[in-house]
Amino acid sequence: MKAFTQHKGIAAPMDRANVDTDLIIPKQFLKSIKRSGFGPNLFDELRYLDEGQPGQDHSKRPVNPDFPLNHPRYQGASVLLARKNFGCGSSREHAPWALDDHGFRAIIAPSFADIFFNNCFKNGLLPIVLEEEIVEQLFQEMYAEEGYELTVDLEAQVVIKPSGETHAFEVDTFRKHCLLHGLDDIGLTLEDADDIRAYEAKRREQAPWLFDAVK
Amino acid sequence: MGQQEHNKQTLYDKLWEDHLVKSREDGTALIYIDRHLIHEVTSPQAFEGLRLAGRKPWRTDSVVATPDHNVPSDAAERAGGIAGIQDEVSRIQVQTLDENCKDFGIVEFGINDPGQGIVHVIGPETGATLPGMTVVCGDSHTSTHGALGALAHGIGTSEVEHVMATQCLIQKKMKNMLVRVDGELGPGVTAKDVVLAIIGKIGTAGGTGYAIEFGGEVIRNLSMEGRMTVCNMAIEAGARAGMVAVDQITLDYVKGKPYAPKGEMWDKAVENWSRLHSDDGAQFDEVVELRGEEIEPQVSWGTSPEMVVPVSALVPSPADEGDATKKAGIERALEYMGLNAGQKITDINLDRVFIGSCTNSRIEDLRAAAAVAKGHKKADSVKQVLVVPGSQSVKAQAEKEGLDKVFIEAGFEWREPSCSMCLAMNADKLGAGEHCASTSNRNFEGRQGYGGRTHLVSPSMAAAAAIAGHFVDVRDFQKEAS
Repeated sequence: MKAFTQHKGIAAPMDRANVDTDLIIPKQFLKSIKRSGFGPNLFDELRYLDEGQPGQDHSKRPVNPDFPLNHPRYQGASVLLARKNFGCGSSREHAPWALDDHGFRAIIAPSFADIFFNNCFKNGLLPIVLEEEIVEQLFQEMYAEEGYELTVDLEAQVVIKPSGETHAFEVDTFRKHCLLHGLDDIGLTLEDADDIRAYEAKRREQAPWLFDAVK
Repeated sequence: MGQQEHNKQTLYDKLWEDHLVKSREDGTALIYIDRHLIHEVTSPQAFEGLRLAGRKPWRTDSVVATPDHNVPSDAAERAGGIAGIQDEVSRIQVQTLDENCKDFGIVEFGINDPGQGIVHVIGPETGATLPGMTVVCGDSHTSTHGALGALAHGIGTSEVEHVMATQCLIQKKMKNMLVRVDGELGPGVTAKDVVLAIIGKIGTAGGTGYAIEFGGEVIRNLSMEGRMTVCNMAIEAGARAGMVAVDQITLDYVKGKPYAPKGEMWDKAVENWSRLHSDDGAQFDEVVELRGEEIEPQVSWGTSPEMVVPVSALVPSPADEGDATKKAGIERALEYMGLNAGQKITDINLDRVFIGSCTNSRIEDLRAAAAVAKGHKKADSVKQVLVVPGSQSVKAQAEKEGLDKVFIEAGFEWREPSCSMCLAMNADKLGAGEHCASTSNRNFEGRQGYGGRTHLVSPSMAAAAAIAGHFVDVRDFQKEAS
């Protein structure tokens, strides 16, 4: 996994509550057996005016001029500002893959859905929870100022505004550690292989039916 | 709080403690996973990850695979097996699951195997998922298995790889929520209406950060199929896991299932399972209460499962909403759904009807739909009514009972087991602007097809709507019909 330490980038809006992962990446693109290439289909149904299909040349599709991510001022944006319950619905990790592939490194919202939130950390994408009023303020400042950039400092756990004002955020110690160092959490868990084996042996005795194979 | 009181545990506390391998200093824990279900959509990248890192699955006998999302529901296309799947990308994905299972030595119920079906239908019906287990799958509706008194939740693909490699998940303990539905359900009101009413009450993020235990007289009186419908949609209320305590109904359901323990082992298991309920006086972080008799048949009108009302109600008006974000959400949903504020729910005309999905494709669901459809014909204005059984086993049972004939005589289409139009990854989908009465779980924009408009309902409400051509209160429908 790629590491995340500090990032500065243009902020872009996804200005509605309850954005579900079907909206982030529609189902037809989930047929891919790869982990990459989802960027052109991020928010597909909002970004384009037609129905997207896997494998097509997306540069030839009609673009929705009303969708903010299509506006010149948000090109190259890497910090997504979002509303409550971002990433609800399906567990598809294709959602963070698409956000990452499009170039986003951090998402700031008042709240996230649990599975999506967890999936982000596995892909070097940092979801940041800030209070609703602060997120609202960031939205207003972003709308008012073209090229509005935010800095995210994971080590210090702060979002820094262009004015220099900072907002602190919480992050789990373990997730922070993995992100800062780009660590593979499977490798870390396997360091506890003896504990897993010991649990398994005890459990096999208590509840042997759990170890019967399905044939 | 005294020591004794402190020891009173919720069902979730017990399941967590039973599977705790290790608590780590950073506040996370390693939780052991007993059963790992996989399907074709969220597993290929996990297998690829294992290969790239040169890792082997920790315990292949804990994994059960089946293709469900992409497989055709059309009998002619299905008869050709994997090679017969016309959509090339779908075919490659189903083929990839098949190859990965062979390479890694994982049991797979293949596309036309008698054990095939939607993962969340075949788990409980085969006994592959059991009370007291931890169950995961790269699919948010894994919460379904919690109906057995299991700790079951959806995970992402990176976690699919993590569980395959280590048999564990890195977790933080969730908070406890009790949703208690007391009283009694009226006739025509089903488990689906109960869970839609719960989501309508607590909202689509109401359960975020919680494991929900569903309890109370109404839940206790539900069949296992009904409890699965309720737990299935815990995720639509934001909770990764939903669960119901083990009781005699659970034991009667599990006993004799192909992979359930037998003989002495059964007795030992039952003894172990008898403690899988919340202790009297156990503390929940949040308690939500509903009355069964107040729940009417439900219909979702908008683009989030929380946008749901009783069938007798009107489509809500943004003018009545004080919260600005919610107001904007209602306005956008009305526009997408092509509905007017204040419109009667029963005035919504349907283009298609879908009876199926991991929420409502079990035998009891099909019986309920058939009971309404029997002796009727679908309305001419309804283009298509799909009935898609959740598994090969459900299909066989329904055919044994003659339900397929009831559906076919009513002008419904009897299909092959798959996820089908719940998420439209196979050929079954809505056209732009079409309204669908659907027994599935999500009414998100585009979920059932680009521009499609989904209304979530119970199987009997869906069947009644198919016949009337618009929503009707199934209770009136049944009265008129009798």
